[in-house]
Amino acid sequence: MKRIALLGMPNTGKSTFFNRITGASARVGNWPGVTVDLMGAKVLIGAEMVEIVDLPGIYDMHGFSDDEQVVRHFLENNAVDLVLIILNSCQLDRQLSLALQLKQLNLPNLLLLNMADEAKRFGVTVDANKMAAKLDMPVLMLSAKYGEGYKQAFDQISQALRHSRTVQPERMREVLSADVEIEHAMEQVLKESVQIPPQLSDNLTARLDRIMLHPWLGLPIFFGVMYLLFQAIFLLGAPLQAGVAWTLDGLRHMALEPVLAYAPEMLRGVLLDGIYTGVSTVAAFVPIIILFFLFMAVVEDTGYLSRAAFLMDALMARMGLDGRSFVMMLMGFGCNVPALMGTRVMRSRALRLLTMLVIPLSLCSARLQVFIFITAALFSPKAAPLVLFSLYLFSFGTAFLTAMLFKRKYASQEPFVLELPPYRFPTLRQIALRGWHEVRHFLNRASKFIIAGVVLVWFLTHFPTGVAPASAQTWAGAIGQFMAPVLDPLGINTQLAIALIFGFVAKEIVIGSLAVIYGLESTALTQHLAHQIDWVQAYSFMLFTLVYTPCLSTIATLRSESGKLGFAAFAVSWSLGLAWLLSFIFYQSARALGF
Amino acid sequence: MTTLTGLKPGQSATIRAIHSEQALHHRLAALGFRVGKSIELVRTARFAGPLHVRVGSTDIMLRRSEARQIEITPQAA
Repeated sequence: MKRIALLGMPNTGKSTFFNRITGASARVGNWPGVTVDLMGAKVLIGAEMVEIVDLPGIYDMHGFSDDEQVVRHFLENNAVDLVLIILNSCQLDRQLSLALQLKQLNLPNLLLLNMADEAKRFGVTVDANKMAAKLDMPVLMLSAKYGEGYKQAFDQISQALRHSRTVQPERMREVLSADVEIEHAMEQVLKESVQIPPQLSDNLTARLDRIMLHPWLGLPIFFGVMYLLFQAIFLLGAPLQAGVAWTLDGLRHMALEPVLAYAPEMLRGVLLDGIYTGVSTVAAFVPIIILFFLFMAVVEDTGYLSRAAFLMDALMARMGLDGRSFVMMLMGFGCNVPALMGTRVMRSRALRLLTMLVIPLSLCSARLQVFIFITAALFSPKAAPLVLFSLYLFSFGTAFLTAMLFKRKYASQEPFVLELPPYRFPTLRQIALRGWHEVRHFLNRASKFIIAGVVLVWFLTHFPTGVAPASAQTWAGAIGQFMAPVLDPLGINTQLAIALIFGFVAKEIVIGSLAVIYGLESTALTQHLAHQIDWVQAYSFMLFTLVYTPCLSTIATLRSESGKLGFAAFAVSWSLGLAWLLSFIFYQSARALGF
Repeated sequence: MTTLTGLKPGQSATIRAIHSEQALHHRLAALGFRVGKSIELVRTARFAGPLHVRVGSTDIMLRRSEARQIEITPQAA
């Protein structure tokens, strides 16, 4: 099968183009370094199936950071039939150097000048024909985001593919080690084919930056925006969650219970009280998660993340981190796993490790589900959003504390230079794609972990037979009692302890298992929980859940990205210890104060 | 030696030399920092934070330590 590789500088829309041509849903965002790994998909071009590979962005062919190594490694080990070079039309004055470097590799090339929409808006004009003649390769302008010029590009690609010859990796290895001056050639091409106004007329970005990056107001605005976003998620999401929970409960009473009425008791128990109760309680949170990621997609696409890096860098520097570390922590609010992989853009290993040590403390969307559930049960509607926000503050606080404590162990001297891209706005299609992506991600996790988890919890809470479910005499009760000496001082009872143990695998299982342990669907569980524990216990439980460990996938990623089992073990034991200490201090002082 | 840190927000200058180690030199070149090019300091962040500069078509932030490695010739205002 023929193979096409997408190459270009970071944040030029390679993944957007990849999504358009393959129909895939690779994650996109206005941040240099969203793609840090290979992603491939097969599509029919002309009469043949072709594999298209989306590569991380590279600044030049002498890359040393881990994401750039991915590209080099790929080129050195895979035969390629066509390289699509994707550049940002508005920044040709600097990005053309990459096209010239790639041209020297003598690969079958096709140059795509992306973001034609912005070029038009900013007054950049490109003579693609002249450039093609100068560079001796086909050049096309397009907007991958809006689809303008895409059809012509597709036709050109299929044409180029027909005439291309495969480049074997052995040859690539030879050329990649060579390096020649290309500055002069670049000036030549630019002078003849590109006109960039001396001052790019992106007034919108300049005006927005004047407010967003204001010396005194910048940071308050940033935290204000974050606060409003989380408020909005809670206010819009909570009723949606209640609605879905109510519908799923109804479905059980109206349809499933009558259907399964004659099934053997054990089977009915596993199916209804185990799988259905557990999974439906978790599934009720899907709307909130989608909502969360829709907001997240908008924030990522606007380019505000780079601004956050600018605003926070001074503070982060004092903790041995940099602005990018802060952005990764923010991305970790969605899911810790891609955030950990995002650290590949850092060259210094020490900085990367320190950032990877703090990311697992980011309150991810899975933990958010647990907290929304518990705050809704234990706190008044007025107090709940504030409680939730306080947990985000704890998330930042523990991350900062961790960085402060370990910055000497992971001291780094990494230079910090980052592009501030213009503000952009996602299309509805991009937002919808992201939402769908998260639903699929959830279904994937549900089928892997959640069902297995809740079934196991059901067995532990219903065996041995003949005792009251979830009582102290069951296996779950025994485990809970075994953990009691450690967890009692935190106010965490045996039922919650079981949920915590399973939460080690994935946080979604925590509420799923609570539903199974108490044998109640979500609406009833909420009320029951309020009678079982008081707010001090609940908050202590949430603090512990926030800090103790993210999930098995995160631990696995910590291990694979650091390349060391020892580092993953260290990260987990640190957070476990910190969680215990934090909950202990909170619970004991709250009790001592008479709450 | 006048470096980028000597500029005030709103001022422009011409890049005279870049005294960074190789890896950073490559990265800066890829971002558009070249000898002879014009550079504008857009703003600086509080608490000795990074600088926001504009080189050609690109807005870039960099720390003071990196800015000190970029030698400039101030332009007459």
